[in-house]
This record gives sequence, C-alpha cells and structure tokens, in this order.
Amino acid sequence: MTTRRQCLGVGGAALACWAFGGWARAAAASVPRLLVLIELRGGNDGLNTVVPFEDGRYHDLRPRLALRDDAIVPLGEGMALHGALAPLRALWDAREMTVICGVGYPQPNLSHFRSIEIWDTASGSEQYLQQGWLTRAVLQSTAFREASADGVVIGANDLGPLAGGARALAVADPSRLARQARLVGHAEGQARGALAHLMRVERDIARAGAQLRTDTAFATEFPRGPFGLAVQRAAEVAATRRVPIVRVTLAGFDTHQNQLNVHATLLRQLADGVVALRAALTEADLWRETLVLTYSEFGRRPRENASGGTDHGAASVMFAFGAQVAGGFIGDPPALGRLDDGGNLPYAIDFRAVYATVLQRWWGIDSARVLGGRFGPLPMLRV
Amino acid sequence: MHRVGLVAALWLSAAVALAQPLGAERAKLLLTRAGFAPSADEIARFAPLDAHAAVERLLAEVRTTAQTPAPGWVDEPIVSPRALRAMSDEQRKAERQRAIRQSLELRAWWLREMVDTSSALTERMTLFWHNHFVSAQPKVRWAQLMYRQNALLRRHALGNFGALLHAVARDPAMLIYLDSATNRRGAPNENFARELMELFTLGEGRYSESDVREAARAFTGWSVDPDSGTFVFRRAVHDDGEKTVLGRSGRFDGDAVLDLLLEHPATARFIVAKLWREFVSPQPDAERVEQIAQRFRASGYEIRVAVRELLLQPEVTARDQDNALVKSPAELVVGFVRQARAELAHPIGGAIALAAMGQNLFAPPNVRGWPGGEAWINTQTLLARKQFLANALARDAVSKGIAAMASMTEPAGETSPASDMKRRGALAQAHAVRLDPAAWLKAIGAVAVEQPLDAAAAARLADALLVLPPTSTPHSQALAFDVLRATVLDPVYQLK
Repeated sequence: MTTRRQCLGVGGAALACWAFGGWARAAAASVPRLLVLIELRGGNDGLNTVVPFEDGRYHDLRPRLALRDDAIVPLGEGMALHGALAPLRALWDAREMTVICGVGYPQPNLSHFRSIEIWDTASGSEQYLQQGWLTRAVLQSTAFREASADGVVIGANDLGPLAGGARALAVADPSRLARQARLVGHAEGQARGALAHLMRVERDIARAGAQLRTDTAFATEFPRGPFGLAVQRAAEVAATRRVPIVRVTLAGFDTHQNQLNVHATLLRQLADGVVALRAALTEADLWRETLVLTYSEFGRRPRENASGGTDHGAASVMFAFGAQVAGGFIGDPPALGRLDDGGNLPYAIDFRAVYATVLQRWWGIDSARVLGGRFGPLPMLRV
Repeated sequence: MHRVGLVAALWLSAAVALAQPLGAERAKLLLTRAGFAPSADEIARFAPLDAHAAVERLLAEVRTTAQTPAPGWVDEPIVSPRALRAMSDEQRKAERQRAIRQSLELRAWWLREMVDTSSALTERMTLFWHNHFVSAQPKVRWAQLMYRQNALLRRHALGNFGALLHAVARDPAMLIYLDSATNRRGAPNENFARELMELFTLGEGRYSESDVREAARAFTGWSVDPDSGTFVFRRAVHDDGEKTVLGRSGRFDGDAVLDLLLEHPATARFIVAKLWREFVSPQPDAERVEQIAQRFRASGYEIRVAVRELLLQPEVTARDQDNALVKSPAELVVGFVRQARAELAHPIGGAIALAAMGQNLFAPPNVRGWPGGEAWINTQTLLARKQFLANALARDAVSKGIAAMASMTEPAGETSPASDMKRRGALAQAHAVRLDPAAWLKAIGAVAVEQPLDAAAAARLADALLVLPPTSTPHSQALAFDVLRATVLDPVYQLK
C-alpha cells in the first residue's frame, strides 16, 4: 500500500500531514475501532445462505429451491454455506468468520421499510424511534469526537443506523469530496431550525473534504461491478483511519421470483467483496482493528412460492467477520419444525444482542443506555 | 414567554398586514411557500394585492388538468402479465427497455408541467398528494397507471378530500402498490387497510390491530383487471360478513370503511397538520391546527378551505429562521428555473438530477413517502443540489451545454449501451437547465454581469432570491455574476 499524497506545501498540507504523516498513529489511536456494516437490502434468504442441508424439512419446503449437495460448502453441524459463498471458506477456516443463526425480533414486521427501520433504530416492533442506533451510540460516547466523521454511507441515500444526528456522510465517491467541498461556504455564526441543519451538513462536508484524503492505492484487486466499487470506496475511507463506521449496501435480495440465479449472483458479490475488503484492510494494517457485520431487514419464508421464489419472512442469519471474531456458530440451526402461524421461522437471538456486543465489547460503550434495555452480549468476539 | 410574545406580535402585525398590499417581499414569501420561487414578473403581479386577495387569486387559478401534453403512450393498452409471459425473451427485453423509457418520459413530463404551469399551487398540491397517497412505479410497473394516478391526484388536488380518498382506494396503481389487487376473502391482505389508517387518514396509534384486520376484510375483492388495468370488484372473493371497525359494527364494504374514517375527527387533524408542515412551519401549532381542522371537516372536507386558512397564517409571510422550511428537490429545481426565467433544456436530465437529490418522481422510497423537512439534506443530497446550481451557473455553462448536446447525439462508439446511457444521463443532468445570467441580473436590478456590484445592489439581489438574509456577504469588489452565484449557493437558498 502506498499513500500518494505528499506532505508538502503550506496551509492545508499541515492537516494532511497530521492525518497521514508521523502523527497518523497518534491520531488514529483516538478514533474508535472500525465497524463496517454490509446491508443486504431486500430481505436476504437466510435458509439458502447458511443451509441446513441435512434437515429433510428443508428439502420438503423447497422442492425447487433447495440447494443440492454439489451446490453447497459444508461447515459442519449439518450446516453449509451456499456454494456462491465458497470464497468465505478461507475466513471460516481461519476462524475469522462467525455465523449467527436465528436472528430476529419479537412480533416481526414483514414490511421492508418498517422492518429496516426497526433494525436501523434498534426499536421494538411497536416502537418508533427517530435516531439510528449508531447515532445514539456516537452521541452518548465521547470517543467519536476526534473522528473526521462518525460514519460514511456509501451507495445509498438514507443514513440508516446513522440517521438523526450523527456526523454521517452519504457519499457516492469519497475521492470527489475534496473537490465538491468547494461548493459549500464557510458560514459561521449561529442559526436555528432548518438553517442550522444546513450549516451543520455544510460543516461536515467542509471538514471531511479537508481531512479525508482517500487517495490510498491498494495492491488488492477489487471485484468489478457496483458492489466491488463500493467495497473499494469503503476500504479507502477506512484507510484514512479518521472514520470509525462505514456502511455499504448490496441491494436486490427481494427474491419473490426466480430466486436461484439472482441469489447466487448476489451472494457471490458479497463473498468476493468481503474477501477483497479483508485483503485491502490487511494491506492497510487495519484488519486486526476491523469488525464487519452483515444484516438485512428480514429473512424469507421457508416454504418456496409458486414463482420459484420466496416471500417476506422473519428470522435469518448474520455474519461477523474480522481477525478478532470468535469464529464458528452462534445459535442453533433454523427451527423448521416450529414455524409460526405465518409459516415463518421463530427468532432465537434478538438482533439487539448483536448490537449490544458491538457496543460493549468492540467499543466499550454502555449498551443498555444506547439500546434502552439489556441485550446479550454474545460470544461473538475474542476480546 | 419570549415565544408567546413573538406569536402575539406576529398575530398583531398579521391582522394589520392582512389588509395591506403585500409588497414585493411578502409576495415573494407567499408565492415561494404556495408554489415555487417566483420570477420578478410573478412578484409584481401579486405585490399590489392584500393577503386575502392574493390567496383568493391563487385559489382561483387552480387547475384540474395539466397543460403539458401527455406522452403519446399514456392511452395505449397495458401489456398484461399473461401477454408478457407469452413473449419471447427478445420481446420481453424490448418491453423492459420500453418501460424504462416510459418512466423517464413520465418524470420529464411532470417536471415540465411544474415549470410551465399557470398554477404552481396545483402542482405543489399534486406533489403533496403523490407523497401522501404513495404509489411507486418500480412496484406498479405500468407507467400508464402511474400517469392515470397522477391525473387523478391533480383533478382532486384542491377539490374534496373525501372524494379523493374514495377515488384513490379504487385507483389501479394504488391497488397494485399496496397489494389490494390480491386481497381475498379468507386470507385478507392487510397492507392497504393498515396504511389507509396509519398514513392516509387517522395517523398512527388511533386504531387497533383488530381495526386493521376488520377493515382489510371490507376491502376484499377490490382488484385490478390485469388485461385492461382498470378497477374491478370481484364479488366472489369479497367478504360481506359483519365487521367491527372503530367501535362500529355492520356488514361494511370498503366505501363504508372510508366513510367511517372520514367521520373520525383525527382524520382532519392529521391532514391539516401535514399541510401545515408543507406550507407554514416545521412545528404545527396545535390550537390553530384544531380550528382549521374543524372548519375543514365542517366544510365536508373541501381542501381549499384548509389551504386558504393555512396560507393566511402569519408565518407564511414572515422572515423567521424558526419557521423556515427546506425546499424539496422539485421545489429547488423548478423554483430555480422559474425564478431565473431559465430554460428547462433537458427535462429528463432535470428528472435525473431530482433523483440524485433524493426525489425520484413517481418512485418515493416507501409507502410513507419522502420524509421531507431536514431529512432532505444530507452530505450527498446537499452536494447534488449545489452541483446542480453550480452547473447551471458556470461561466462556461452555455458553450459547455452546446458541446454536451452535440455529444449526446453522437453514436455510442466503442462503449456498451449501458455505459453510453449512463454517459448521456450524466450529460443531460449536468446541462438540464440553460439560463441567461445577464437577463436574470437585469430582472433583479443589476446592470452588467462582469461589473462589481455595490453593497446595496448585492443586498437587493439577496432580497430578491432568498427568504432569509444570506449567511455570508460578498466582498465589496465582487462581480455581479459571482454575487449571483454565491447567493444561489448560500445555504439559505435551500429554504422556503
């Protein structure tokens, strides 16, 4: 990895040197450890992601969609990865991948937008919160103050878990930020209401434009396509060591029809993306300080529908990646014998227990204050 | 105390002000709130009127149809799912491409209408209902149905809310969007019934889960004929048993449930509060909302009764940071074009620009619509807004625009069709608007583009374009063009 930026000149260069030069490590030490969130938008089919291939009920429920033995990668305990996830096998073997089974929440809501809102705000099913769970975390902790931005959202317009007050940047291309930042002024002074919000966002842009030099050139080759590009952007932002949270989105998981091909393509992108991210962050000497989490608004109905697809469901599977994850499985195989009235999988692990683990064990933040109650933590990390 | 004093002062000055001519400043504020940022001509037309007369004129000018001719395909029959299944892969691919083209043309058509309309209030209200009775093209698929829904929303935009509600419940795009089309006796689909109560009428928390389930039964059988794309009532799958909704029991059908919701006082309050946030201020005043809601309900839900009252609230024509509202992307772009008397050179590019700012017309993100207010502004959307304005106000915008138009008509060459489409889209977006800065500056009283503007002239320019004082002032030797650009790029320009 080389940093092309030269610490020369006057004025703004001092800042760049501060971020990249001899002080970089000191500065980095004051920014919390990196969390990369990968949102699988549309409702990922957990059953065909981590497959209970030895459970006869799986094959009964899915005469067309059940994955055959040559299309899976067995992990043990009767469970296997979808064949398209084969590149992740290396992480699994290195115990850098934890599979969390049966994740969901009570009274599941099967609407995309309401359910993702529940995940993003870490609310109860009948509770409406304005702030994302990570926003509450960064507002309650002093640790994030040194960061150039609390979080960067790549490839989506919504701030998701960073909505409602975090210093979060939604950017299509972080490398253009410095140039685009010239479009914002340097308005000082106090304002109220909507103008105060506008001025705050302008300041976020100006600050990130000045401090985030995302010109790291990686030797890692990133996968082609929009998700590969998003992963590259995420690695570039992470390599600045100035931003503790990055979210990328892989969309298209709402597989109501003709699921087999679509789902395989998506999972391949996910696996290739995670492998590239690991390589790039290893290059940047950051992988040891990185936790990657996947999430989706819900899983899908165990029984396939008549269109070769699956409808909205409930509990599903999450992945945690990183050099400090515990590895192996958390939770039990899908309870296909105990489907609810709607034919959906019951949850066994509340997603807020996963969040609590991140807050408490990864960052050392009081999770009960952020989540409004006690959840978990799970044995997800080695720390 | 301070707040109470301020409101009292507003009211007092409002009582006096209502009977006086608006003048240019208040005319600008009213027209920006009730429509899109106005041109100097529009301001001159309203400045001599008092507030009552101005609002009556806005209401008298309301339209029920668009003046821009609709795309030619809107009356073509829809391609039914059955016909689609019978097609070859090749034909299906052509269908998909046609659908993409139609969706672009539809968005461009509406943007054109917003720019050209003789009644900006009509389009603002059509947009308001689009964001209230949400349907989105990605799920509905047929652009014809989205067009028909848009025409319906405009027809009732300032008509009767009850009539609009009954019509929307039968609207094919809505029936598809909220799965009513597959709502059948025995296993009712609750999607429409839930959103009807939560988002269209009562507001959240004013009904029970049982009300949702029972109402869903009443709407069973309200469906869409897949061949014609029109409403059809399927008696065979309708549940005509007794239902209990909001404490009342009977063998209700869908229309009866809609009437029950209209009888409930929460509905008028919910709609008026939402209109308040659209036109008056971010925080509705509960007492005045209640008064207006009562008159709205007493009128039998005449929308103009509520809108008239709201536009006469003192906050509408007062310069105050606390009351400032964020312009939606459509308001920003259309207001800019109308204010500058600019040319919407590439309406498809304009529609793509709106999408980059977070408002893809005919495709709100979910049934709750665009959240609006401060949520319009994040780093990405604010930069998209600024980039759009900066592109239109680049010194070399005209020559670049001509070059871009020429390049758009060039053959794709070596690139793939997809990347070529992307290239053309980016060009169209960057050059969507063409304006003459000299004419604009002249209309607001400045003489020459590349001459320094004195402080008084700069202040006049800011007054003409902004609803609050700018956050920074230009240096004394700044050229008129640069002052204009800085004024438009000031964060205050994002406000109404």
